[in-house]
Amino acid sequence: MSEDVFVLGGEKFASRLIMGTGGAPSLEVLDQALEASGTELTTVAMRRLDPAARGSVLDVLRARGVRPLPNTAGCYTAGEAVLTARLGREALETDWVKLEVIADERTLLPDPIETFDAAEQLVADGFTVLPYIGDDPALARRLEQAGCAAVMPLGAPIGSGLGIRNPHNIELIVEAAGVPVILDAGIGTASDAALAMELGCDAVLLASAVTRAQRPDLMATAMRSAVTAGRLAHLAGRIPRRRYAEASSPGW
Amino acid sequence: MVPSLEVTPEATSAADVIVVGGGVEGLSVAWRAARRGMSVAVVDPDPGSGATHAAAGMLAPVSEVTYTEEPQLRLGLASLALWPSFRDELEDDSGVGLDYRSDGTLKIAYSADDMAVLDELATFEQTLGLRVERLTGRECRKLEPMLSPSIRGGMLARDDAWVNPRLVARALLAALDRHGGTLIAERAVELTPRGVRLASGTVAAAPRVVVAAGSWSSRLLPGLPVRPVKGQILRLRGPAGFLTRCVRGLVHGSPAYLVPRGDGEITVGATVEELGFDGRVTAGGVYELLRDARELVPGLTELELAETTVGFRPGTPDNLPLIGPVDAPWPAGESREVDVLAATGHHRNGILLTPITAAAAAAFLTGDAAPEIVKFCDPGRFAK
Repeated sequence: MSEDVFVLGGEKFASRLIMGTGGAPSLEVLDQALEASGTELTTVAMRRLDPAARGSVLDVLRARGVRPLPNTAGCYTAGEAVLTARLGREALETDWVKLEVIADERTLLPDPIETFDAAEQLVADGFTVLPYIGDDPALARRLEQAGCAAVMPLGAPIGSGLGIRNPHNIELIVEAAGVPVILDAGIGTASDAALAMELGCDAVLLASAVTRAQRPDLMATAMRSAVTAGRLAHLAGRIPRRRYAEASSPGW
Repeated sequence: MVPSLEVTPEATSAADVIVVGGGVEGLSVAWRAARRGMSVAVVDPDPGSGATHAAAGMLAPVSEVTYTEEPQLRLGLASLALWPSFRDELEDDSGVGLDYRSDGTLKIAYSADDMAVLDELATFEQTLGLRVERLTGRECRKLEPMLSPSIRGGMLARDDAWVNPRLVARALLAALDRHGGTLIAERAVELTPRGVRLASGTVAAAPRVVVAAGSWSSRLLPGLPVRPVKGQILRLRGPAGFLTRCVRGLVHGSPAYLVPRGDGEITVGATVEELGFDGRVTAGGVYELLRDARELVPGLTELELAETTVGFRPGTPDNLPLIGPVDAPWPAGESREVDVLAATGHHRNGILLTPITAAAAAAFLTGDAAPEIVKFCDPGRFAK
């Protein structure tokens, strides 16, 4: 399995679990969870962070050698998202951005039109754009055509822990995609993460499922195993579903 | 940085203890030390103006329980138990009332989703042996009629209390004065092997120094893992009795609290922002606080918005404070004339943890045994 690397934006990653940092009760608990998860890439919300501040979540990532991925969480318009992405580029010296433009604060569902608009501008500006979107195969394809480096469909709304509500759509997105598909948002427990990988996603991004768990380090370990298990199952190829039994040890 | 030893400006009159930082922690440590007969000086250009000025003053270890934070809970409960006698002594010594109230915290779930979170937490609290009562929405509103009819339900933590931190600071200053403590209204620049160098260049000399400078503590003790965690907090003014208890709410997943005072002031807080020493009050911060508070208590829009404040919680990696002896920042082998003690890093719980911090620091200063629970707060615990 050592050759099964995850390539995103031209960079190689051994871990297919991308973490978020929101929701942890303390930096120490976050640190333990990140260690247990084995993640190599972790999102940070640029609107809620001063990159120069000492002892912050960025210091935790630096000490662990985890690459920070700035996101545009909290933006409602393409204009804000582009501005926030540029702040992130300047502050963290990376042209990668997880693009997140939400439509309303109750559902936190992504606004497809603003997201597309921002993606076009950011791609033209030289960013490696990783957009958070609904589970919409048509939009995923359009964003890929617009030059995004990956697409990140949701399983369910952010923080809901509802799992993957429409596995069929995720499969359709995976089938058509020429860029990595990262299942983002909605993961509640390990089986959700495993399912995402079985459906053919290239990676999973999650935060609350770990940071708000009663034992975050333990859930992080579970997620790490689930992502690996789901990936292996996907590569191995599942057997066809049958209506009736078929003896596993034939009698002749 | 190595302190310069060539220039030794005349030291100010010596004391037994210099406390750097005149917030509730520093002042209470100084007061406790002065009561034990030590000569004490507090160094602070503007006492009570930091996190103490912003703090809401909830003494609420029960309703603040979080998974993974049992030591924090035990420490909070130990300090809550000390509060009534701390209050009595402080009110006696100062003649200042603290507006200490012990009617409990009412924790409200706004939506069914919020209720599920609260319910799970209540079960966790009960397994920890804490006294919490689940309430229906109507039961909550019977206790606090100003609550919105839309709230889903709640939980009463009867053992929680609250106090007005600004009155605590005022009382501590008066009590300290009464016991002969002095205030040096200057900024501390650095620790030296003889005491504390002040902004004016003089050294306040003392054999013992307590660093209780909140978020600024790591400027004096560079290795100390304290960072500022910005909080924006509002003060509304209305009729007394508008609310009678501390109300904490979970509104569509985001936490909010309202703390009523005897004079009708209601403190509404607070944002949690990792933005260093960013002292700006922002439109979004005020909006989010009022949005959530209004969901819980619709009538508050008629109250006066009397004040918007930014404070910096001194955060540590594990949310536990740093109380105890620390290595002084000058090079090893340097003559060690000063013992340095930290009493900082209280994050969200500075007011709650004031009595236990003062008791522990006073014990360290006099060589007595500190309360057993304070072992969780050893400043050296992060050294790997």
